[in-house]
Amino acid sequence: MAVFFFLVVITLLPMGIGPNLNLLGQIAPGLLWVALLLSSLLTLDRLFQADFEDGTLEVLTLGHLPLELTVVAKIMAHWLTTGLPLVVATPLLGLLLNLGAEQFEPLILAMAIGTPALSLMGSIGAALTVSLRRGGLLASLLVIPFYIPVLIFGVAAAGDGEVLSGAAHQALLLLGAVTLASLVVGPWAAAAALRANMRG
Amino acid sequence: MAFSGQVLWPFGVASFVLIAAGLWFALIASPADYQQGESVRIMYVHVPMAWLGMFGYMVMAGASLVALVFRHPLADVAAKSAAPIGAVFCFLALVTGAIWGKPMWGTWWVWDARLTSMLILLFLYLGYIALWATIEEPVRAGRAAAVLALIGSINVPIIHYSVVWWNTLHQPASVFRVDGPQIASAMLTPLMLMAVGFTFLFVTLLMVRMRGEILKRRVRALLLAAAEV
Repeated sequence: MAVFFFLVVITLLPMGIGPNLNLLGQIAPGLLWVALLLSSLLTLDRLFQADFEDGTLEVLTLGHLPLELTVVAKIMAHWLTTGLPLVVATPLLGLLLNLGAEQFEPLILAMAIGTPALSLMGSIGAALTVSLRRGGLLASLLVIPFYIPVLIFGVAAAGDGEVLSGAAHQALLLLGAVTLASLVVGPWAAAAALRANMRG
Repeated sequence: MAFSGQVLWPFGVASFVLIAAGLWFALIASPADYQQGESVRIMYVHVPMAWLGMFGYMVMAGASLVALVFRHPLADVAAKSAAPIGAVFCFLALVTGAIWGKPMWGTWWVWDARLTSMLILLFLYLGYIALWATIEEPVRAGRAAAVLALIGSINVPIIHYSVVWWNTLHQPASVFRVDGPQIASAMLTPLMLMAVGFTFLFVTLLMVRMRGEILKRRVRALLLAAAEV
């Protein structure tokens, strides 16, 4: 579903901007990243909600595993079913947008490093809004500010086409730092938010 | 309630007097800037707004921490009440900045690091307020909002530095520096008067909102009790 949305957004963008291949090639990394962010938001609301509604989540809370680890497992599953397919689809969509040949490798690498951060941060928004009937929209609004560093470093990492030198390399390292930091913060915060929502 | 009722009026009067004095210094008794001309006077409102916009988030995050760790009900009320006030100050900082930017930079808005991170701070405020508004049960809403505020406070520096890395045009800080303030005392006096005055205004508004919120909860509790009988 998310991949299909990704494809549709990327198809819409040239229609809005105009079919000028040079212009599209210049802004392709930014377009691909923004479309990827939006697509990964789509599936967030079901991350915990189905399990919350039928009580599975409460059973999991009572089990031996700490809730934080359960949350990590769910985030991993979310990344495998949403983040990874989006990264895999990116080369094809890059061709559609006339992405420069030397930018493919750094962009895909940056997305592979950055997309786990999207699932990790997104899990906080999903957990905060788990008890709301239309939580998806609010979750997106809450999470988008947290996605900004990923977007900035992700686009910068694809900047000049050199993977292991200069500003792009620095951006790639910072992107990895953002992912690791969100690995520390995300599951803990999501578990706290889930507990807060289950108590009431 | 008794304590806040006693200090409410003095704080309000203090903020009124300080802002009035600050305005007199800012608009009449201080010189125009040799580069910026008369429009520098916008700064006397703009800078306190920006400070309090950030201060409000710190109050909110601090209160949220107390609410999560010590479960003090007043902390919940304080965090909830601080959010709209901080959001308004943040919004006013953006508006006054835009009004200043038009004659100085020739445009209402630039995608500069500080402007962008203030805008994102405003989004964080709005998300926090929206979360409070959508979860009906106050205890549950308080916990969820507190988690959000704390995560936001961890993320604010990350977002800020990523945006700085991205693009910078705004002038660097000139008051709080290691080597002392880099600003003429004729301009520092009104700026400080305005800043302290608006801080008193912030505290006064915060107490008014907290009192309102506490009364609202009492009414809610009474209604629930009445409904059960």
